[in-house]
Amino acid sequence: MNASPTREQALDLYYYLRLNRSLEELLARLFRQNKIAGGLYGSRGQEAVSVGAAYALGPGDWMAPMIRNIGALLVRGFRPRDVLTQHMGRYTSPTQGKDGTSHVSDLAVRHVVGPISMLGDLIPVMTGVAMAGRYLGQKIVAMTWIGDGGSSTGAFHEGLNFAAVEKAPLVLVIENNQWAYSTPVSRQAAVRDLAGRARAYGIEGQVVDGNDVVEMWSAAREAVARARDGGGPILIEAKTMRMTGHAQHDAAEYVPREMFEYWKARDPIDLYEKYLTRNRLWDEQKKAEVDARVERELAEDLAFAEDSPFPPPELAEQGVYCDGCHTIAAQWLRAKEEVMPPKSSVAASWTVTDVGDVAPPGAVVDRHQAREGVRPDAVRREEVPQKDRS
Amino acid sequence: MPLLTYLEAIRAALVEEMDRDPAVVLLGEDIGVYGGAFKVTAGLLERFGWERVIDTPISETAIVGAAAGMSYLGLRPVAEMQFIDFIACAFNQVTNYVAKSHYLRGAPVPMVIRGPAGGGVHGGAFHSANPEMYFVHTPGLKVVYPATAYDAKGLLKSAIRDNNPVLFFEHKLLYRRIKEELPEEEYMVPLGKAAIRRPGRDLTIVTYAAMVHASLEAAEKLVGEGLEVEVLDLRTLLPLDRDAVLESVRRTNKLLVVHEDTRTGGIAGEIAALVSEAAFDDLDAPIRRVTALDTPVPASPPLEEYFLPNAERIAAAARDLAKY
Repeated sequence: MNASPTREQALDLYYYLRLNRSLEELLARLFRQNKIAGGLYGSRGQEAVSVGAAYALGPGDWMAPMIRNIGALLVRGFRPRDVLTQHMGRYTSPTQGKDGTSHVSDLAVRHVVGPISMLGDLIPVMTGVAMAGRYLGQKIVAMTWIGDGGSSTGAFHEGLNFAAVEKAPLVLVIENNQWAYSTPVSRQAAVRDLAGRARAYGIEGQVVDGNDVVEMWSAAREAVARARDGGGPILIEAKTMRMTGHAQHDAAEYVPREMFEYWKARDPIDLYEKYLTRNRLWDEQKKAEVDARVERELAEDLAFAEDSPFPPPELAEQGVYCDGCHTIAAQWLRAKEEVMPPKSSVAASWTVTDVGDVAPPGAVVDRHQAREGVRPDAVRREEVPQKDRS
Repeated sequence: MPLLTYLEAIRAALVEEMDRDPAVVLLGEDIGVYGGAFKVTAGLLERFGWERVIDTPISETAIVGAAAGMSYLGLRPVAEMQFIDFIACAFNQVTNYVAKSHYLRGAPVPMVIRGPAGGGVHGGAFHSANPEMYFVHTPGLKVVYPATAYDAKGLLKSAIRDNNPVLFFEHKLLYRRIKEELPEEEYMVPLGKAAIRRPGRDLTIVTYAAMVHASLEAAEKLVGEGLEVEVLDLRTLLPLDRDAVLESVRRTNKLLVVHEDTRTGGIAGEIAALVSEAAFDDLDAPIRRVTALDTPVPASPPLEEYFLPNAERIAAAARDLAKY
């Protein structure tokens, strides 16, 4: 059952979706004009996954976007000029030109942890963020995304397994856009629903329609709330479709035409516009206002980016080490004494609650666990007739 | 003054830093209830509790990644690799995520990765390696490898307080074999500063970690032959104390570099290049190296002995160099 956004939230979601798409369309034009430094990775068709999930976070929460989550950066307060200058290699960009694409970080204000190109690494990192927040007494949640392809990495497994063992407040969104560069998801995993992997970690997993921003937001909101309340990590698989190539250079000729056609009819922004109309959350005038705002902001920020200088070459030599730059003080929201001797002292021995023998007769695997989001703390025990067991 | 082994000095540094700053937390495999494979962290869970001494799954990538994430919220995690060889499993996380975080994104990562390194205990190829140069070749990291109990404690305290990711190599052969009276009062040893372990005028041996002791033994042998050998302990490999190396070579005019790491790509090559560039005119002889063989670390005692440098080989190379 989806939550219903207020009128203000509903228009916010539309604004970010539209800004996300229009910004990426602008980036594609700049790419053709040879104004982008390096590659350009788009998220056309996937905007609802970025926007809906990030919109579920509270102000104190942390998030780590991936390459196709520009929409999440926008929700978190990055401006189009940040994205434009990053892609154009300008000195005014969040990384001053030291990195490109959406590889940005803002620990102090927006609580955004930057990605690298190697997939999966953010999952352990955000597990650590979640653990640190809990340790400091902050009731925060850490969220990150991974692709269908990235879910094949060892880092995915190590990170999610550690988060599960720690019951860390982590929300992991698998953004299943059906294609990892040119390889279909069926060649990444032998399971249809990647959310089903949650079972292997003893955590909740669920599948959502990643092209329905309200469903995405509702599921993420519930996951964030449950993780915040100590429910441990949650895996959400958002089914969506990458409507472009892997990057601008890739014409995606390997994608069967009917697949594009199917998903084109399910465009997340078209679907959401219908939702807004059907639920009388806007009218033509409101839509025109938001669209005009998006165009105005993009025009202003494009002018800013184009006027921005490139970095001075000698900047390349600076900043390998942080010398006196570290200004992050741990924000303690609990008494430090609790984690200092003598209060921290414990008896160092394991408590055994399970001797680890085989499950009792009749234990069955709940095959619908992933879809229904049932927590598999223990294998469900049901009496089944003796003869059915083998 | 308490008499502490190299291992006890490391533990003392952890205890002091954890007592001083609740932001310091430990994570690693078997470090809590068991106290670590070498018992470096024995007693720490009892003192600091489950939240600060975290037993992890066998997941080096998760350990390093989680430590990085913790550091972003202001913690100062110290991650243990059960054997430093296993850092290979987290190579991507260390070299691509952690090392580049500050340079690329302005996000400092104050964390320490520590663990037992080095051979001489017949541990075989996967429990004896010296993988420091993979990381010395990675801008953004600091690499520390102490040779004495005093340094082990003082350098680890500095590493924990440093605002950059520090790889702290502990030579397992030294863990219980060397002990030292350490000051009662708190002290630190700065990163990036080499130390002259023995002054001499005839030639300089630049070395670090367990080979400091083998080099000192060699230097003692050579006293009877009228040779005064200077032994310079690098202590930190990255950043390298270039000034200390050059200053010593300019006095002795001859350089022998000794390391337990394998030969090709070992730090001796970098030091030779540095001295050739900056002090060529001061050299009275070609630069020499004594290193391990370019092979994996073999397991059986006679093979490992053949593989490793030792005081005899160092003395022989020094004798040759002195004669040049």
